Amino acid sequence: MSRYYTFKIKRYLPDENPQIRWDQFRVKLNSMERVLDGLIKIKETMDGTLTFRKSCAHGVCGSCAMKINGKNRLACQTLVKDLPEIIEIEPLPSLPVIKDLVVDMSLFFEKNDKVLPYLINDEPPPERERIQFPEDQHKILESITCIMCGSCTSSCPVFWTNKEYLGPSALLKAYRFLFDTRDRATEQRLQAITGENGIWRCHSIFNCVEVCPKEIDITKHLLKLKRLAVKRGFKGGSE
Amino acid sequence: MEINKHYFDTVIIGSGLAGLRAAIECISHGSVAVLSKLYPTRSHSTAAQGGIGAALGNEEEDNPEWHTYDTVKGSDFLGDQDAIEIMCYDAIPTIIELEHMGVPFSRTPEGKIAQRRFGGHTKDFGKAPVRRACYSADRTGHAVLFALYEQSQLKGVKFFQEFQVLDIVVENNTVQGVIALNIRDGSIHVFESKAVIVASGGYGKIFKVTSNAYASTGECLSMLFRQGLPLEDMEFFQFHPTGLYGLGILITEGARGEGGILINGKGERFMEHYAPTIKDLAPRDMVSRAILMEIREGRGIDGKDYVYLDLRHIDKRILHERLPEITTFCKIYMGIDPSEAPIPVVPTAHYAMGGIPTDKDGRVLRDVDGSVVEGLYAAGECACVSVHGANRLGCNSLLDTVVFGRRAGKTAATTLRSMQKGKVRKERVSLVIECINMIKNSNGRESVAAIRRDLQTAMMDKCSVFRKEDELKILLEELKVLKERYKEISISDKSNIFNTELLEAIELGHMLTLSEVIALSALQRTESRGAHYREDYPNRDDENWLKHTFAFYSDKGITFKYKPVTFTRFKPEERKY
Repeated sequence: MSRYYTFKIKRYLPDENPQIRWDQFRVKLNSMERVLDGLIKIKETMDGTLTFRKSCAHGVCGSCAMKINGKNRLACQTLVKDLPEIIEIEPLPSLPVIKDLVVDMSLFFEKNDKVLPYLINDEPPPERERIQFPEDQHKILESITCIMCGSCTSSCPVFWTNKEYLGPSALLKAYRFLFDTRDRATEQRLQAITGENGIWRCHSIFNCVEVCPKEIDITKHLLKLKRLAVKRGFKGGSE
Repeated sequence: MEINKHYFDTVIIGSGLAGLRAAIECISHGSVAVLSKLYPTRSHSTAAQGGIGAALGNEEEDNPEWHTYDTVKGSDFLGDQDAIEIMCYDAIPTIIELEHMGVPFSRTPEGKIAQRRFGGHTKDFGKAPVRRACYSADRTGHAVLFALYEQSQLKGVKFFQEFQVLDIVVENNTVQGVIALNIRDGSIHVFESKAVIVASGGYGKIFKVTSNAYASTGECLSMLFRQGLPLEDMEFFQFHPTGLYGLGILITEGARGEGGILINGKGERFMEHYAPTIKDLAPRDMVSRAILMEIREGRGIDGKDYVYLDLRHIDKRILHERLPEITTFCKIYMGIDPSEAPIPVVPTAHYAMGGIPTDKDGRVLRDVDGSVVEGLYAAGECACVSVHGANRLGCNSLLDTVVFGRRAGKTAATTLRSMQKGKVRKERVSLVIECINMIKNSNGRESVAAIRRDLQTAMMDKCSVFRKEDELKILLEELKVLKERYKEISISDKSNIFNTELLEAIELGHMLTLSEVIALSALQRTESRGAHYREDYPNRDDENWLKHTFAFYSDKGITFKYKPVTFTRFKPEERKY
C-alpha cells in the first residue's frame, strides 16, 4: 500500500543566495513509513544537501522535532498515512535556524540550566536507596518522560514574544525536581522559577500540551508549580 | 584552515551512560571535556528500556554470586570471570549510587527500587527466574542517562555537543588527544589531553534491521583499529529476539519478564521446547535462534517471517505502569493495542559483545599479553572487558556501562599525575583535513546511501544469526567490491555548515572496515558459541575455541591472535535452560 506524497520543505541554506526557499519533492512511501523515512529518501535519492537531525528513529531521543503541517512533532513518530498528500515541513519555530530543518537549541537548553536541573540533597546518603513510595514516584512519573525535543517551548506564544521566558520544558524540569520527595532545594528552585520571566508568564494556552510527543500534560504540571510557589510565599503579583 | 586548540586533562568521547559515568568520576581530579556527535541527551543509552541488573534482593532473595553464575553461563563461558565478578558485586553499590544521584526508579510498595525478571537471570544457579532488573517503567536508559547528564552538568563537565571525532591520536604507544569536527560550522578542533576515554557506543547500523540509532556507526573502533590496535571478539553480535516486525524497533525483554510469551503460527508457546525450565526468559541468543528456526520450518505466523509476542493476558494496569513506552510504540507504529492483539516480532540487531579490548580498569589493551596503551581507556558497548563473552544477558549492558565507566574514569583520574600532556602533531591534523577535503571534492558516481544499503543487506543476509563458511566467503568478496565502490563516492553538499552528508560518508568508511573485521572473525571461529552460530560447526568446541579473538590490522590484511579466557570458579558446562 504505497502512495506518492509531496513534501514541501522550507529550506535555509546559509551559503546560497537566496538563503531561504521552498522545495518540493515527490516521494513514494508505504503505510508504515514515517515523515523521517520520507526525508531520508529525499536526502538519499534526490537532494543530498537536505539537512535534518535524526538518531533513534522511534520517539525516544528527541532529535527530529520539526513543524509538520503546522504542528510541532517528531518526524520519526509521524506516520505519513495519517497526513494529507501534501506534507509541509518547516524547522521548529522561534529558534534560530542553522540549516534547513536544523535549529540552534542552545537557548532552549540554557533555559533548562536555569532551573537547577539536578537532584539536590546534601544529607548524608543512607547505605541503601532512599525510600520513595510508589504514589510519590507517580507524582513525577509524567514529567520524567520528557525527551527535551523542544516541541513545547517553540510552540509557546509567550516564548514567541519573550525569549527570556523560561518556557514549558524548563518549567516541567523544575517540576520534576520540586515534586521529587528526595530533593531538598525547594526554596532555591522556586526562587529560580518565580522571577519576572518565570512561571507566572504561563497563560495556560495549552499549545505545549497539544504538541508534546510524549503526551505530557505540561500545563497541569505548571499549574501545580504555581500553587506550590504561592503556598511557599512566592507571589506573582502584588496589590 | 584555522585550527582550534583545546587542552583538557581528560577527553571523553561519547555522552551515553559510560561516558557520563566516567566524566563524573574524573571531574574532581581535573578538567574534563565530553565530545558527542549528538546533543548529550540524544545518546542511544536513552533507548534502553527494560532494566539494569543488580542482585539487590528487593523483591525476592538474590545474591551477586547467582548473578555472576548467570552472566558466565549466559556468556557461553567466554566471559572473563574475574571481570564478571567485579561487575556483579559492584552492581549493588553502583545502583544505590545511581539512586542517590536522582534516578527515578520505579518502586516496590515499601518504597525500594522495584525489580523484575529478565532473560537468563535465575535464582540458585539456574533453578528459576529471579527479579533482578531494576527499572524505571520501560524507560530505564532514559532515566539513568538524564540523571548522569544532570550530575555532570552540576559538577562542571564541559560538553562539546555535535562534535564528530575524526581521529583518536595514539603515538609512541601513548594517547595524545583527539581531532574533531564541529558539525555546526565545519571547524576543526584539536583536543590535547593526558587521558582519552572512548565511550562511543555500538555499531548496530551495519545491519539492515536493527534496534540501534542512526548514530550507532562505530567509527571510533575503526579509528583505533586502523592504527594497529586490536579489536576483540568481533564475531559476537547480539540479535534481540523481539524487534517490531518490519521496523526493528526494540520491544523490551521486560515484556516477557512481566509474563509475555512467544507464540508461533500454530499458536504454540514454542520456547517450552527450546528451554523447558525458563522458557521465554532464556538468553537472547537462544530465543533469537528459536524464533528463526520456527520461521524456517514454516511455523511463522501464517507461514510468514515473524512470530507473535503475546501480552494479552497481562493485567492492563501492569502494561500501563511498567510497559507504557512499548505499548505506545505498538500503537503508533503497528496500529495495535498489545492488550488486545499480539505483537508481530522478529530478531533485530541489537548489541556488540565485541569491541576495544580493555582490562578490568578500562585500560585499552594493545596485545593479547595484556600490555596497554598509555592514557587510553574504553568503556561501555564500544569496549570488550569481557563481561558478556559470546552473549550478553539483558540488563547487563547498562550495568556494564556504569560499573566500567566509573572504573575507567577512576583509573584515568588517578594516573593523571604521572602522565605528560599529549601533543597532536600538525601533520596528523593535516592528514585528517585532507581526508575531509577529499570526500567533499570527490566527483565519483557512487552514492553513500546505496553502498550503505548494500552493506547493511549483505551483513544481514550472511553474517547475522546463522552463519556458514561459503556465505561468509561470498560476503567478504562483496565487502571488497563495496570498498572499491567507496573510493568512487561523491557528495553534493559542499558546505561547511552542518554537513550531514559528509558525516555519513565518513561513517560509512568506518562501517566497511568494521564489517570486514566482523565477517573475518566469524569465518575463522569454526565453532558455535553464544550469538555466533555456525551452521557448518553447530557445536561449541571448548578444546580449540575457549579463547578470545583479537583481530589486528596490517598492510597485508587482517590477522588474528588469541587470548585465554580467565576462569575463577565456574567450569564450562553444557548450556541448558
